[in-house]
Amino acid sequence: MNMLSVRVWRGGGAADRGFVTYDVPRQPAQTVLDVVTHIQRCVDPTLAYRFACRVGMCGSCAMTVNGRARWTCRTHVEAVAGDGRLEIAPLANLPVIRDLVTDMREFFDKWARAKGQFVPTATRKDEFATVAPAAKERLAVDAAIECIGCGVCYASCDVVGWNRDYLGPAALNRAWTLINDVRDGANAERLAAVAGDAGCHACHTHQSCTDRCPKGLAPTASIAGLKRRTALAALTGAIR
Amino acid sequence: MSARRTQSLLWLAQRTSAGVLALCVVVHLVTMIIAVRGGLTAAEILGRTRGSFAWAAFYAVFVLAVAIHAPIGVRAIVAETRGAHGRGIDAAMLAFAVLLLALGLRAVAAVTMGPAS
Repeated sequence: MNMLSVRVWRGGGAADRGFVTYDVPRQPAQTVLDVVTHIQRCVDPTLAYRFACRVGMCGSCAMTVNGRARWTCRTHVEAVAGDGRLEIAPLANLPVIRDLVTDMREFFDKWARAKGQFVPTATRKDEFATVAPAAKERLAVDAAIECIGCGVCYASCDVVGWNRDYLGPAALNRAWTLINDVRDGANAERLAAVAGDAGCHACHTHQSCTDRCPKGLAPTASIAGLKRRTALAALTGAIR
Repeated sequence: MSARRTQSLLWLAQRTSAGVLALCVVVHLVTMIIAVRGGLTAAEILGRTRGSFAWAAFYAVFVLAVAIHAPIGVRAIVAETRGAHGRGIDAAMLAFAVLLLALGLRAVAAVTMGPAS
């Protein structure tokens, strides 16, 4: 049987074992998640990893595959292991809980710090807000709203790697969707929250987030939008 | 003024000065290429620049854009690589801007003031 040699990161905390090599049978249309699942179910049941939907909807199976953050469920082995080499590690820039499972708390805490919650200006007694589909703000929201919080951009961002306070592409992208939401009432606080050395101004426009986003979003463009809006807010005194 | 407001305004200043610099650098390079086609001497340069308000104005704008743009970039690099923040680095970068402005304007004055030879 055609076999694949797979190096998988094992450990976490004080129990690091480094990369361990497993032999996995090749299958047609096999995904990297299939490979990890085979190892856990047929070779070593102690392997820890995270997944849910298996079809690219939930964003929970992202890992580092051959040095690059990817959704493992939507990555075919043949697309990344043409030379028969496959190396699977947890997402970068996040603490490892065990094996391939990272602690996503700081990633989502930064969404909260970027004021990523919708703040309504109307009540249930008011009429529905009317937002024209072709409105400039609506189009800006459309371009950025499909993020499912997988963390691929965060793991791919060089700035996150050297500035642990940096909010990161996903949180800033989320803030940008709310900045453009005409129903939201917290833009002054949100613009203040995303400005500065830990916010949008730390972005170097490397565009790794945009290059790697499995949803094809462009967080770099969202961050550029935030830079423009924070500059305007600083000029008008909305950011003091 | 808060650090967040300072950052936002510095970003705007750097973007604006970058736009000015893009234009100035192109004019500067094209002028250099055209000017050296027939050989280049100090007398030839000074003959063109001495007493010229246009050259003085152009390079004064160039120097001003550099004095705004460069310290903001250096500030970001120092902040990221050395972890330096706060008023100290702001004061150091302001001093750097003043130094660039003074040296640049002195050079502009040296080649544009005085009688055309």
